[in-house]
Amino acid sequence: MHMADALLSPAVGTTLWAGSVAVGGYASRRLRERIDDRAIPLMGVLGAFIFAAQMINFTIPGTGSSGHLGGGMILAIFLGPHAGFLVMASVLTVQALFFADGGLLALGCNIWNLGIYPCYLAYPLLYKPLAGGSRSLGRILAASLASAAAALQLGAFSVVVETLLSGKSELPFGAFALLMQPIHLAIGIVEGLVTAGVIGYVQGARPELLEGMAAARPLGAEVSLKKVVATFAVLAILTGGALSWFASTHPDGLEWSVRKVTAGLGLKEAEEGIAPVLKGIQEWTALLPDYRFKPKGGRPGKAAPWPEREAGTSLAGIIGAAIVLGVILLIGFGIRSCRRRES
Amino acid sequence: MTFDERYFDIGRLDRLSYGQTLVHRLDPRAKVIATFLFLLTVVSYPKYEIVALAPLFLYPVLLMTLGEIPVRFIMRKVLFVSPFAVFIGIFNPLLDPGTFAVLPGVHVSAGWISFASILLKFALTISAALLLIATTSFPGVCHALRRLGFPALFVSQLLFLYRYLFVLAEEAMRIIRARDMRSFGRRGTGMRVFGRVVGILFLRTVDRAERVYYAMLSRGFAGDIPSLRRSRMAPADLMFLLLMAVFLSGLRFFPVTEGIGRMAQEMFG
Repeated sequence: MHMADALLSPAVGTTLWAGSVAVGGYASRRLRERIDDRAIPLMGVLGAFIFAAQMINFTIPGTGSSGHLGGGMILAIFLGPHAGFLVMASVLTVQALFFADGGLLALGCNIWNLGIYPCYLAYPLLYKPLAGGSRSLGRILAASLASAAAALQLGAFSVVVETLLSGKSELPFGAFALLMQPIHLAIGIVEGLVTAGVIGYVQGARPELLEGMAAARPLGAEVSLKKVVATFAVLAILTGGALSWFASTHPDGLEWSVRKVTAGLGLKEAEEGIAPVLKGIQEWTALLPDYRFKPKGGRPGKAAPWPEREAGTSLAGIIGAAIVLGVILLIGFGIRSCRRRES
Repeated sequence: MTFDERYFDIGRLDRLSYGQTLVHRLDPRAKVIATFLFLLTVVSYPKYEIVALAPLFLYPVLLMTLGEIPVRFIMRKVLFVSPFAVFIGIFNPLLDPGTFAVLPGVHVSAGWISFASILLKFALTISAALLLIATTSFPGVCHALRRLGFPALFVSQLLFLYRYLFVLAEEAMRIIRARDMRSFGRRGTGMRVFGRVVGILFLRTVDRAERVYYAMLSRGFAGDIPSLRRSRMAPADLMFLLLMAVFLSGLRFFPVTEGIGRMAQEMFG
């Protein structure tokens, strides 16, 4: 469920990058205040642990297919929200750079979807109250299931919203959401079971480890819920406003960049912009029961019908593309053969 | 591609970054900035754009040839990597019924055009990200991020993660081997065993972190990982960034491909 560069528009990509960087800065500031130096290697090595754990696969009962760990919830539970978030962000960065999971521009989205939701929403709002520091396996199981499922639902829903606001995919909101949410509910349940299994094992083998780490991070306790909720409300409104403005001005080549340069018409655009999004949400709620593909018009970020281009222009375009690609290939082969001759 | 293969690819990418070519010698910061400019440019093209994306392939091709990165390796990674974009994009031809005149008399459904555009953008963005690592090395990128203002704590996370990735992967492989030897076929690969196995891995990891911490303390660790390499932005790096900016904005704001095509049409027809 990694978001991909190719589905993103620059506006959505950079907005979520900005959001993730802001949260990352906040997390590291909070950690700096009272972190023990000991935790720095621990966090890094636990990031590597998530990778190693992903190498071990398991069989999902009933389906026969194999799954592996996502890791966001485990990190939040063992390290607390701030450290967990930073470690998850570094795991996703390595995945983006080496495995090209998603891509670098989509990294902002992925950190948002897979890091912020488990660490800053699911953990403080669901896991902590449900588990409540108790040692009973049942409560740990219930808390892990609820929080992992919730975090993945939010993440999957964000992928839908980010893709639609970028306007590169044709999938309508309702169908896309129906495609993503149930799959990620299943993934979330499996993730919750696995998380509970690992936490339960560590609890049984070395209970002091969980308590020790909880004591070493007095963060969870004094993070007030109100603050978290308020921060998220503000962030949601800000990003929603900014995103819908860009979505409404649907990037159309040169015009888009020109319009971006000649700013100042921001306010009017924003008013126009939120309306279609709201309309989209309305339509989504209305459309969900009868599951119809492609509602006629009115999806946020949907372009006007493709204007038929003059045939001559695009013929020139195709010829040009062929020439350009040929020249690039020639340059590539030329440099390579020069190099070979040198060595 | 299984996870093990992807893991071995990390080692391959790491070895490629030890090269000593023109591209490898550029300042990591310059390459990070250039990659981001490139990615932003690629995704800023509207969804039906195909031909204008063609000249952008010059950047990965130049990096690959000048940086002596094996083309096949990068191509294989691009082909097998994260099918999410392709999976979502394939709905476009089904859902976008508009048509688009390519040649006189030849019509293509608009959905296929936008799907092709997604695929091209996919190839461009993924190869740019992989080439950044293959020509810069992961620690290089990390120190560049540090000097570009990313929090020190986050950067040391990344460096630690990378350093211990290989160690813990070996550990995980030993555990997998042990599990496979005690189980037959799929038996023993259930979630119950998995929870315990990963729990053991976790405990070993925590113990290792403890040892690492003491080892680092005795070597003077004070909360930050300094880099010995003091790199400065040389004129060549600034030149590279300038060229990149001119190249990208030139392509973005002028219909270069169509212009070349029209010139060719006039010359030969």
